[in-house]
Amino acid sequence: MRYVVLAAAVLVFLGAGGLVWLGWYSAIAPIQPPARASFPPAAIAQGAELAALGTCMSCHTTPGGAPFAGGRAVQTPFGTIYTSNITPDPATGIGTWSEAAFRRAMRAGVGRSGRQLYPAFPYDHFTKISAADDADLYAYLMTRPPVRATAPPNDLSFPFDYRFLISAWKLLFLRTAPFHPEPAESMQWNRGAYLVQGLAHCGACHTPRNFLGAEESGDAFAGGDAEDWYAYALNKASPAPVAWTADGLYHYLRHGWQVQHGDALGPMREVTDDLAGAPDDDLHAIATYIAAGLGKHAPPGPQVATKAGPGEALYRGACAVCHGDSHGPPFAGIDLARSSALRAPTPTNLANIITDGIPATGETREPIMPGFGAVLTARQTRDLIAYLRTRFDAPHPRDGIEDAVKAARANTAQLEATR
Amino acid sequence: MTALSRRTLLSGTGALIVSVPVRGRAQTPPAVPPDTKDLPGSLKQAPYLDAWIRIDSDGTITVFTGKAELGQGIKTALLQVAAEELSVEADRPKLVTADTARTPNEGYTAGSHSMQDSGTAIRFAAAEVRQILLSEAAAIFQLPLSQLRLKDGGVEAPDGRRLNYGALVPPGILHVVAQPTTQLKAPGTYTVVSTSVPRVDIPAKVTGRQAFVQDMRLPGMLHARVVRPPHPGEQLTGLDTSAVSVMPGVVQVVQNGNFVAVVARKEFQAIKAMRALDVAARWQSAAEALPKQAGIFAYLTGLAAHDITVLDSRRPPASASKTLRARFTRAYQMHGSIGPSCAVAQLQDGVMTIWTHTQGVYPDRAAIAELLNMPPAQVRCIHVEGSGCYGHNGADDAAADAALIARAVPGQPVRVQWMREQENGWEPLGPAMVSEVQAALDARGRIVDWDYAVWSNTHSTRPGNAGSLLAGQLVAKPFAPPPPKPIPMPEGGGDRNSIPIYTLPSARVIYHFIPQMPLRVSAMRALGGYMNVFSIESFMDELALAVGADPVAFRLKHLDDERAKAVVTRAAEGFGWGRDKPPPQGHGYGFAFARYKNLAAYCAVAVEVSVERETGQTRLVRAVAAVDAGQIVNPDGLRNQVEGAILQSASWTLYESATFDAAGVTSLDWASYPIMRFNAVPDSVEVHLINRPGAPFLGAGECGQGPAAAAVANAVAHATDKRLRDLPLTRDKVKAAIGV
Amino acid sequence: MILNVNGRQETVDVDPDTPLLYVLRGELGLNGAKYGCGLGQCGACTVLVENRAVFSCVTPVVALEGKRIVTLESLGSPENPGPLQHAFIEEQAAQCGYCTAGMIMRAEGLLRRNNQPSDAEIRAAMQPNLCRCGTQVRILRAVRRAAAVVRTQAEAHG
Repeated sequence: MRYVVLAAAVLVFLGAGGLVWLGWYSAIAPIQPPARASFPPAAIAQGAELAALGTCMSCHTTPGGAPFAGGRAVQTPFGTIYTSNITPDPATGIGTWSEAAFRRAMRAGVGRSGRQLYPAFPYDHFTKISAADDADLYAYLMTRPPVRATAPPNDLSFPFDYRFLISAWKLLFLRTAPFHPEPAESMQWNRGAYLVQGLAHCGACHTPRNFLGAEESGDAFAGGDAEDWYAYALNKASPAPVAWTADGLYHYLRHGWQVQHGDALGPMREVTDDLAGAPDDDLHAIATYIAAGLGKHAPPGPQVATKAGPGEALYRGACAVCHGDSHGPPFAGIDLARSSALRAPTPTNLANIITDGIPATGETREPIMPGFGAVLTARQTRDLIAYLRTRFDAPHPRDGIEDAVKAARANTAQLEATR
Repeated sequence: MTALSRRTLLSGTGALIVSVPVRGRAQTPPAVPPDTKDLPGSLKQAPYLDAWIRIDSDGTITVFTGKAELGQGIKTALLQVAAEELSVEADRPKLVTADTARTPNEGYTAGSHSMQDSGTAIRFAAAEVRQILLSEAAAIFQLPLSQLRLKDGGVEAPDGRRLNYGALVPPGILHVVAQPTTQLKAPGTYTVVSTSVPRVDIPAKVTGRQAFVQDMRLPGMLHARVVRPPHPGEQLTGLDTSAVSVMPGVVQVVQNGNFVAVVARKEFQAIKAMRALDVAARWQSAAEALPKQAGIFAYLTGLAAHDITVLDSRRPPASASKTLRARFTRAYQMHGSIGPSCAVAQLQDGVMTIWTHTQGVYPDRAAIAELLNMPPAQVRCIHVEGSGCYGHNGADDAAADAALIARAVPGQPVRVQWMREQENGWEPLGPAMVSEVQAALDARGRIVDWDYAVWSNTHSTRPGNAGSLLAGQLVAKPFAPPPPKPIPMPEGGGDRNSIPIYTLPSARVIYHFIPQMPLRVSAMRALGGYMNVFSIESFMDELALAVGADPVAFRLKHLDDERAKAVVTRAAEGFGWGRDKPPPQGHGYGFAFARYKNLAAYCAVAVEVSVERETGQTRLVRAVAAVDAGQIVNPDGLRNQVEGAILQSASWTLYESATFDAAGVTSLDWASYPIMRFNAVPDSVEVHLINRPGAPFLGAGECGQGPAAAAVANAVAHATDKRLRDLPLTRDKVKAAIGV
Repeated sequence: MILNVNGRQETVDVDPDTPLLYVLRGELGLNGAKYGCGLGQCGACTVLVENRAVFSCVTPVVALEGKRIVTLESLGSPENPGPLQHAFIEEQAAQCGYCTAGMIMRAEGLLRRNNQPSDAEIRAAMQPNLCRCGTQVRILRAVRRAAAVVRTQAEAHG
């Protein structure tokens, strides 16, 4: 028995040691922050476009904070991670990182000091970015104004606060093979594939994850979670009542809304905001690739005749005002018969939208929708959602409503408490 | 004893015929109409004193003005003026504003003319009334005037005898033609004017009392909604009203050509019926598509134009040290009144009464009378406050809509409320404009040549006649809109403020007036003054930069008007201009100055902005202004107006442009036409006032629009080293200019 | 149906999908809530429901049975204005005044929740409401002034 225990202890020790060994990377020597003049302007300009496509700013910026200075809380099933400062500040940012250090972080998820980086930073996608693009991204980031800012420490549950375990995760889930174009497909498709699989990291939200938080590679784009929202499937399981075309997707990515699909909301709105800096060609490429993946899907059934009930009266008085016979975006609200939120596998997004609306930010043309969290009780919200999902033929229309409404209202309360 | 003759008291230097009423006897009107050309302000239009001031035998004082309260505070200011000259407290008189049945015809409440025209008339009229009251008392007390005192609405003798005003007004005593000059109170003795009397209308507004035309409730009042064509120019080809007529509460569907409306008992019933009619109506698209928004400036400047030489004193020098040129553009912009237009109308006993927030009750009345084919005397327009209009918005049209609908339900009052999308889609916009300027500087850094041209549609399509009204264009027998005309200088329309106030040895200003209007346009606060001052004051900064001069010093160098210089200096000092401290990272400072119309108030504005380089997001951080409006009536009211002008102009300048596609306007709500919200409001706005006691009132309601715009643009240039010249200076444009 | 408005039980005869705005104005003769857009974008219609600021233009009365509705009229009168109303008068925080009622109600909702709001919190709370005349700087001052009064009153009452 003693030998069994001893053997087990040796195995664990070896295993842990193996992990530490596997996960050990040497530090890359720090450098002086490079001068702007050391980068060709074309590289900086190209890097700006790539950073827009990678939506770096929305993750690495606190709302209202300095761009790229980090500190934004990212909720994961394992706790909260705070994004890092990627301005070229030598003390608190990446100012002392050489290009090699930057590329290693993007490719392998390792910091300059050799520290393992949590895959909340989606290097499982960024690993596909070419060296040339990494160089341009580096040129762009290193020429931003340096900001002295340190993120709060991560708040992760045991044992996920031990970074060396990340090497095990990488062993299981990180594929560092470069991007391979499909010769049978068009150049535009391949460009889209390169961007989507790599820099744009769409699957990070739109692909389901396993219990260890890694994307289910066999289920790409089958739908996933993005913080408190549900990122719809981008494959044949798409809940959109009207089929997406490449043109429609392009318009959506370019403007943040599309007349037959509605408005980008929650985290997707931040994405489309960031994409303002992305070139048209690349958005067309992404749209082409995604549209091909969406393929043909069966249009939804007709609207279901529903009994008059509390939900119906609420719909007529609160929703039909804007969503009834409306002009549709950019004026007022989308025709609900076209809404993906109503037909999604979960009512999460619908609960969020109804509770919080889309707050007005002013300054730029963006959708505005009043929230009803203060007006409707939880029960009224549930009645309304049940009515809408039944009427507009959602799958399992009554499932998950209570949890979704509870979560949406809890988030609002939390937000309000911080005001 | 010497009975002091009223003629002695009242006569000034004018040779005006004044009928001299003997106490107690009704007055005989003069045989010939009075010659009014020398009378101050609107006394020219309404020379009889009792058109402006009425005193009843119980002492009630009523002041009449043909102007309207638009939220600019003139109700209070005019009361102050009258109260001062009548030596009573500001809250003592009652004020009656624009009403075709009761008040003088002062045209439009526009162009910042209220104090200059109405305030002056009331001031003089009140002063003359005071003299009449004094002389009446003098005759009764048998005392010289100099021994009498005015107090609390009465005249007092040294021995304690007192007569209230009510006892000093035998019938007809005020039916006297005004004198061109009279004894005015000395500014040094003011107790009401030049004090910040609280606005008389605010208490009702903060407590939910009836204050707006939208709040009117008449017995039996019905609610109406208009059904507009989806886009201008569309023709109604079919309307099946059968389903709508039987909807709950619907009283009537009105149809007259392309004019469609529905009347119901309750307001939401009218809205539902309107929506049903929207669906039921069939419209045929307009023949012509609108030009593309992206190419609108090239399109406009390519249209036929009448060239108006506004100024030509050009003597270009033989040589110049530096020559610069620039081109500026301004997009169509919206008034964006918070409360969409509304009116109440009732046809009773052959008289159509309309309660409306039009800026001009008389012109609107004339146009509506023509529309209804009624004698103007049978149509009465009464001004009731709406929300801020900032120029010609949908108010006049809503009044016409209400009248047309009221005619269909005689005897019953009808309230018409435009929807938000109707106000945004149909209000006349501030016109898109282009300006080009070229100037030369000599070796000493002085401007030696100036050549300026501006392109614009008309800045006024106000009624006018029935053809100016939307209803007039929609009815079965439509009225033709009158051909657009330029507003002559010195007021100007597109050329308002196109003449720089600076001393320029050689200057030319041309106004390319473009009659053809792809979109409906009309007057918006400051008219061409917003764009012209933006262009001129942006360019002044470019010139200053070219010769390495400080922007404020450069302006002072070119100004000879002492009041202008005082305002410029005061704003710069108040801001802390040029104290050699550079702005914080990403911030910039900007300065601009103009005298509105070169004849109204002076206003200089200094601002600090912050620019976020990654996004181009620009925010007004703080503003300091200085204003000279002549004799100030209500200091806080003036401040309020200028603060508001600065914020509103900053919103126009940073965010605002109406959008349109081939069919029509698409910026139909606040999501598609964003304006400044609280997150972008500056940290502080200070307005320094330079009072000129005794000087004529100078209109100030619009004086801040142009200077604020240019100050912001100049500050953005300071923050980014990039000059932006195309309004609005949106985030995208700023980011594109900055690059990476 | 019966609505609880300003502490009174009001019986109104309207379709259940009628937005509260039209019931307040048309059935109950109240002026505070105003029509500005009908889309929940401008806040001119703001009233309180269970002490929270809402857009009455998109709130159907069917959702409001049993809930306490508070409008501007209940905060005070010209002779006896409440703290916010008094503050708006003192600061002369109005030009045309059309947005003012909604502003006061939005601020009232904030102060009932938090009577020590920071400037950032006041701005964030007032964000849904528009003022076209540019009076926002005065409005912020008025809200700050009222907050101080409300705090003092709260402290006085222990």
